[in-house]
Amino acid sequence: MAAAIISLPAAIRRGDIVTVRALIQHPMETGYRRDAGGILLPRDLIRRFTCHVIEGDARMLAFSAELHAAIAANPLIAFSLKADRDCVLEFQWSGDNGFVHRESRSVRFLA
Amino acid sequence: MSVDGWMTGTKTPFEKGGRPRQWAGGFAAFAIAMTGIAAHAQPSDPRKSGTEYLSPATRALQSNDAENPAMLWVKAGEALFNEKPGADRKSCADCHTATVRPLKGIAAGYPRFSIAANRPLNLSMQINLCRQQHQKAATLQHESRELVSLETYVAHQSRGQPIAPWRDARMSQAFINGERHFKTRIGALDLSCADCHDRQAGKQLAGNVIPQAHPTAYPLYRLEWQGVGTLSRRIRNCMSGVRAEPFAHASAEMIELETYLASRAAGMTLETPGVRP
Ligand code: HEC
Ligand code: HEC
Repeated sequence: MAAAIISLPAAIRRGDIVTVRALIQHPMETGYRRDAGGILLPRDLIRRFTCHVIEGDARMLAFSAELHAAIAANPLIAFSLKADRDCVLEFQWSGDNGFVHRESRSVRFLA
Repeated sequence: MSVDGWMTGTKTPFEKGGRPRQWAGGFAAFAIAMTGIAAHAQPSDPRKSGTEYLSPATRALQSNDAENPAMLWVKAGEALFNEKPGADRKSCADCHTATVRPLKGIAAGYPRFSIAANRPLNLSMQINLCRQQHQKAATLQHESRELVSLETYVAHQSRGQPIAPWRDARMSQAFINGERHFKTRIGALDLSCADCHDRQAGKQLAGNVIPQAHPTAYPLYRLEWQGVGTLSRRIRNCMSGVRAEPFAHASAEMIELETYLASRAAGMTLETPGVRP
């Protein structure tokens, strides 16, 4: 199973612009490299990353990224969101060979 | 720059012919060397961790846990630490808690002599020994993702601690041999570790700065590896770099070299997990 680390600021005030960092363990094998024996290593890439904002029954796409072969292994994706509502952030990485990894974090504001 | 000055005490274990003395003499010299180092672990210390040679971008990556990719191995290691892989249905966490056989600070004292194995072990080997003897599970392959993750998780618990080589007479021969390996010219390029890391440290080699080779941040993430590897893996890279046959993982020679590196870095702060180019 892949390890992933999501980080949000420890203390968020309503209305803050927060940086979200999402790091995941993945080889991002390009499909162009050969192993020591000359055998082509099959492509194994994360193709898509999404972050949805879940608010009650509503599910809105807040951020997404397409990933390609030139992206390093164990990719770090950082982006900004305006924290203006109580919600849950749902993260998903999906890619080759049926790879799917999900994480979620709730956004809590300072009292 | 040269780091010979503060290590002169370590030259005494050798007799004229270069043969190491019996352990008793060797250990006395070992102890002298250690005090010499302790006295220098001050602001004027000429020793530099490899971290100090990093570009600002790589250094920033190492110092931010939210971005340091090696933290993924710490996290994976923590999950493995709580698994029960063997016939005994025991996890590492069942035997090692914050109060019972705690592992905090332990990594700063490796390699160390193991009574159970009757030889010096590095941290990977000790973890494998626990798997075999205490979990009745199969040993993990050197540099396998599982073993490196467990080691990174354990070593991370010593972050911020000074490297404190184990002062045990049974380690003195390893130290003496390790120093000899470090100073012996090897490979088609006929270079010793000391030729680069003592005598040319701080200078450029094909776009890289030659560091002083202190084991201050292992296991660490190397951008070139696109993953985390141990000190042994790094040493093997340097050995093949000079076209020498690398010491095998877990071989006596590898542990001796690691023992010497640890005492050469005594008192320096452990930064695991590091990031390197
Ligand atoms: C030809 C010069 C050369 C020789 C000989 C050499 N190394 Fe290195 N070593 C390097 C360079 C250059 C680096 C840094 C590489 C990089 O950053 O990509 C390095 C890195 C290291 C590091 C990593 C330090 C850190 O901060 O992470 C260690 C440990 C090390 N070497 C140990 C050794 C040992 C032990 C030997 C002898 C078996 C040895 N090296 C021989 C050039 C050398
Ligand atoms: C059944 C209990 C048990 C389990 C399970 C166990 N250990 Fe140990 N561990 C010990 C004991 C006892 C020692 C003391 C030395 C020895 O017997 O090898 C030890 C020693 C160690 C040490 C060295 C401590 C020192 O002071 O140098 C490390 C590191 C370690 N264990 C890590 C692990 C890891 C990682 C796992 C899981 C893969 C694990 N252990 C599983 C009982 C256990």
